[in-house]
Amino acid sequence: MNVRLYTFVSFAFAFLYLPIVALVAYSFNASPRVTVWQGFSTQWYAALLDDREIMQAALLSLKVATMNATFSTILGTLAAFTLVRHSRFRGRTLFTGLVAAPLVMPEVITGLSLLLLFVASESWFGWPKERGITTITIAHITFSLAFVAVLVQSRLATFDRSLEEAALDLGAPPWKVYFVITLPLIAPALVSGWLLAFTMSLDDLVISSFVSGPGSNTLPMVVFSMVRKGLSPEINALATLFIGVIGVGIVASVLLARRGLSVPTR
Amino acid sequence: MADGHDSGLGRLFVIGTPYLWLGIFFLVPFILVLKISLSESILAQPPYGPLWETDANGHVEVKASADNFSYLVEDSFYKDAYFKAVKTAFYSTVIALLIGYPMAYGIARAKQPWRNTLLMLVVLPFWTSFLIRVYAWKVILQGNGPLNGLLMWLGVVDEPVQILYTDFAIYLGIVYSYLPFMVLPLYAAIERLDLTLNEAAADLGAPPWRVFVSITLPLSLPGIVAGCGLVFIPAVGEFVIPEMLGGPNAAMIGRVLWNEFFANRDWPIASAVAVAMLVFLVVPIMLFQRFEARAEGR
Repeated sequence: MNVRLYTFVSFAFAFLYLPIVALVAYSFNASPRVTVWQGFSTQWYAALLDDREIMQAALLSLKVATMNATFSTILGTLAAFTLVRHSRFRGRTLFTGLVAAPLVMPEVITGLSLLLLFVASESWFGWPKERGITTITIAHITFSLAFVAVLVQSRLATFDRSLEEAALDLGAPPWKVYFVITLPLIAPALVSGWLLAFTMSLDDLVISSFVSGPGSNTLPMVVFSMVRKGLSPEINALATLFIGVIGVGIVASVLLARRGLSVPTR
Repeated sequence: MADGHDSGLGRLFVIGTPYLWLGIFFLVPFILVLKISLSESILAQPPYGPLWETDANGHVEVKASADNFSYLVEDSFYKDAYFKAVKTAFYSTVIALLIGYPMAYGIARAKQPWRNTLLMLVVLPFWTSFLIRVYAWKVILQGNGPLNGLLMWLGVVDEPVQILYTDFAIYLGIVYSYLPFMVLPLYAAIERLDLTLNEAAADLGAPPWRVFVSITLPLSLPGIVAGCGLVFIPAVGEFVIPEMLGGPNAAMIGRVLWNEFFANRDWPIASAVAVAMLVFLVVPIMLFQRFEARAEGR
């Protein structure tokens, strides 16, 4: 039973990692034809760094991802506090629904609806004048904050309140209790939440495509249009860099806080 | 921020800020989608007409109509696209459950240093780019790609077979991309189970399959519902996977919406497609939320 189970589990993991390993291997392929091996080369990395369109898009994506991660960590944490600590207020059912729905909502619907909001808001209030970095960031915050909320919520749910109560009993004002006790204790979840929001933003194609304007292409949008034209070895190099950076980031965050890598969903 | 100690103002801030944000940027947009799905497509910027017009005499003329929806119903193209999307999402969810359950079970029952490592290995691909992982399959499945090379080397086939741009490739892509979403809630549900129940059943003479069917499976039901929700609902509207791995005729509804919007610039029809998709998804979404809320209340 156990041998069979763990053989199956090993195959399942191989399934998860095979494509990633293949991409990394092909990124060092000298041949311009993506799938024919012709020896080791790092030329696609050089070509990638020379590609101005990709570099510009990468810069935009990094800016959006950083702002998104920061704002959605703040909003997501507030949402998590609301869900865990405020069991009674008017409209709580609606609030729970609003936090859970972005986790599963098909991206085409979220993207279309946000675009319609921005268009309507421009005709009502004259804002936003043009769609670009601001509208993309707002859209990303809207779906990322739900994921951050789930992460922080699971941390708060298993949280020992007696430390907070002791501090309050000893006369500490609530804001001080929050910054000295609560925040450090939930910090690992906040770090995971920030990283998760950052990655999700860096990865989003569909919602960004709807809410971006001319001249504001994010990295996934450029990658997508390149892939549409055919396979490109540059993308393999880009993918490898991506996986490398994220891999290092994850391992670092796990080492920093052993319980850091909480589970994104329950 | 602690309950019962904070001032009304702090409480208002904690609840109000995310509430306001989600209200403006998540709830209001849906109302706009509904509104524009009832309007007429016109050649203008933005390309939709008003829902009512007031003429010089002050008479209000209602322009709203359900024409877009009757168009969706009449043209079998849309019906087929919905059906195909729901069917594809359903089978992908079943396959992901069949692969994900043993994985989650194996991880939950593994000894400790292993358990965390395996769990991290499930989460890790989820943190790398989704777009890039789908693209990786495009590379692997190509006519002259490694999978065909392997099949020919094994002697299964004599010449490259068409795998990319088939429905099989879409299923593969969806199961692959959404598998971590299935495993994580299942793991959380199975890990929490009280093993003494299993031991008691075994002591009373129940064979292992019986223990599994009457104890483990029903008790992990919340995890199954959450996992299936996280796979099925987004998969119905999936755009990237059918676009990149499916054939040009693989019209799943998410792809149809995308094309109506970007290629045809028909915003009202795109909105109607979105509204109709939501109608289909309302029941699964409610179900998912109920189980989310229940898990949260623990």
